Amino acid sequence: MSQPEGARASAEPAARVEQELQLYYWMKLIRAFEDRVSRLHRQNKVLGGVYSGAGQEAIIAGTCAPLSEGDFVAPLHRDLGVFLVRGVDPGRLMAQLMGKETGLSRGKDSFLHGGDMKHGIFGSTSMLGSSLPIAVGAALKFKMKREKNIAVAFFGEGASSRGDVHEAMNFAGVHKLPVLFVCENNRYAYSTPLEKQMAIEDVADRAQAYGFRGHVVSGNDLLAVLDMMERVVPRMRQGDGPSLIECKTYRYRGHSEHDAALYRDKEELIEWQSRDPIPLYELFLEKKGHDIKRVREQVDERTQKVVQEAVDFAEQSPLPKPEEALEDLLAPSGSPAPKAK
Amino acid sequence: MEMTYVKAINSALFEEMRRDENVFVMGEDVAELGGAFKATEGLLQAYGEERVIDTPISEALIVGAGIGAAVLGMRPVLEMQFADFISCAFDQIVNSAATLRYRHGGRAECPIVVRAPSGAGIHGALFHSQNPEAWFTRVPGLKVVAPATVYDAKGLLKSAIRDNNPVIYFEHKRLYRSIKEDLPEGDFTVPIGVAEVRKEGSDLSLITYGGTLGQSLDAARIVEKEDGLSVEVVDLRTLLPLDRDAILATARKTGKILVVHEDRLTGGIGGEVAAIIGEHAFEYLDGPVRRLAALDTHTAFSPPMEEFILPSTNKIVGAIRSLAAY
Repeated sequence: MSQPEGARASAEPAARVEQELQLYYWMKLIRAFEDRVSRLHRQNKVLGGVYSGAGQEAIIAGTCAPLSEGDFVAPLHRDLGVFLVRGVDPGRLMAQLMGKETGLSRGKDSFLHGGDMKHGIFGSTSMLGSSLPIAVGAALKFKMKREKNIAVAFFGEGASSRGDVHEAMNFAGVHKLPVLFVCENNRYAYSTPLEKQMAIEDVADRAQAYGFRGHVVSGNDLLAVLDMMERVVPRMRQGDGPSLIECKTYRYRGHSEHDAALYRDKEELIEWQSRDPIPLYELFLEKKGHDIKRVREQVDERTQKVVQEAVDFAEQSPLPKPEEALEDLLAPSGSPAPKAK
Repeated sequence: MEMTYVKAINSALFEEMRRDENVFVMGEDVAELGGAFKATEGLLQAYGEERVIDTPISEALIVGAGIGAAVLGMRPVLEMQFADFISCAFDQIVNSAATLRYRHGGRAECPIVVRAPSGAGIHGALFHSQNPEAWFTRVPGLKVVAPATVYDAKGLLKSAIRDNNPVIYFEHKRLYRSIKEDLPEGDFTVPIGVAEVRKEGSDLSLITYGGTLGQSLDAARIVEKEDGLSVEVVDLRTLLPLDRDAILATARKTGKILVVHEDRLTGGIGGEVAAIIGEHAFEYLDGPVRRLAALDTHTAFSPPMEEFILPSTNKIVGAIRSLAAY
């Protein structure tokens, strides 16, 4: 992004200043997009299940911003921000949520199940944790083809109870595959609290059992997430094997928009909101010398514009024709010309 | 070159791995051991451990990882050690793989092959005898094949590997070393979605596939000799998509249809075949469409029970005679 007024004057490289503002922009854009989606859902403009990731933006911005174009990312159902940070057109993403022809899945599936392989994003299913073996397979390909890319699989602490997660981590450990497991531990699997999901405190502890390192970071602290990525990812690209980063966080809204989340203590929500990733990062920007008030104003203006344009695009997009429901099931047969060995 | 059914599978893998460096094999005991049935024997020595991968006992991982590699352009051939274990990978097949292209708006592909050694008649009992094809034949986005001959075992596997969609390849364990055929040298394929008339006839049609083709042909010859009945035998070869034209052609030709399969009766392919004929060739029928299939129970271990449950040449002969007399 072009630097807003109020950006700090610095002797540091301009790229560095730009990057710290870009990260702020991503978090603000994700939050603005999420909030708008929740509102659109209340207005019946976005149908189906809506799974807000509000409160968890630092994890997405912190893990996705440092990734390369050829990396493979399997987001979970709450990771709308992955699409934005990976460069998917916000209009197409909004169209996806509205079931429009211009959406990622051309109306075939709701919310985040429509991936975008052009941007290295694999659309997950609702079977949480099932994308971990798939990310492992992507990493296997990278290793077989001597590519320096990594695969990133997001999962919740809820999904960590599934067998697929065990199978994926075990195999990744055996073969030292370049796959990064990012656990977004938001303390609830729908309504079920952490202590009824697992007998240990940290999902990261399990990594050791699979022969690789597990790390715990505050998922609400963008700098902590970034710092961890810097420590872990370059090593992975050098063939150091898998890693697990567990990000402790909290979702502000219910499991879905249909869920009032009455099973949670109000105090708990307030406590976590007081650790909101965005003001925390603003504090950092301010300490670094930015005029945060002016930066915020301009970033807000810009994110509102991007979101509004996305909504306009999606609303103006046509719905798919009913008979298109029979399209996209099967690919034309026959493999492309193979490469000779 | 004369070879067995299992050797034909091995030969197809060998040739496809040579043809396309993106083809690789993954499963339990496929590398060092060469597979529980030796279908992957020699591949490790020829192509190395990066392309012939022994996995832990993790069926969901095997298929899931195959999917991840496939969306990035690889062509994995994934072995379920026994078709019975495919249930452990069911979610990855029917949810992750079958919906993949659909939910990506046609912009991603999943060219995986899941090889599943299926079938009874080898005293395999409840968990080594299953014919789970009908769990998959109602899932859009998949293709399902079940070769019954040595030639088809090779040709259909090659087509499956080259297909840009997830293909479930059911290979019948009883056929592995019990049938042999002289195969042509060089590359050949068998198209997916096309049935084959194995024997022409005019009085009655048997529609079958996989493990019961041999029994059906034997039964047809017996009634031809002993009863003077001219029986047509159609081998479906592909179970999804079904070759409706071939099914309707034989129904219109003979007017009497007996569907035979080793999978259980209820919910089996036979029901779908009967429905297709009932809907589109009713006026050509000379009698009810009948089905002969495994009884609606589990494949019991003890020989008298196993025989009682499964179709056999004698049972098919009986069913032909009954339908012919209708």
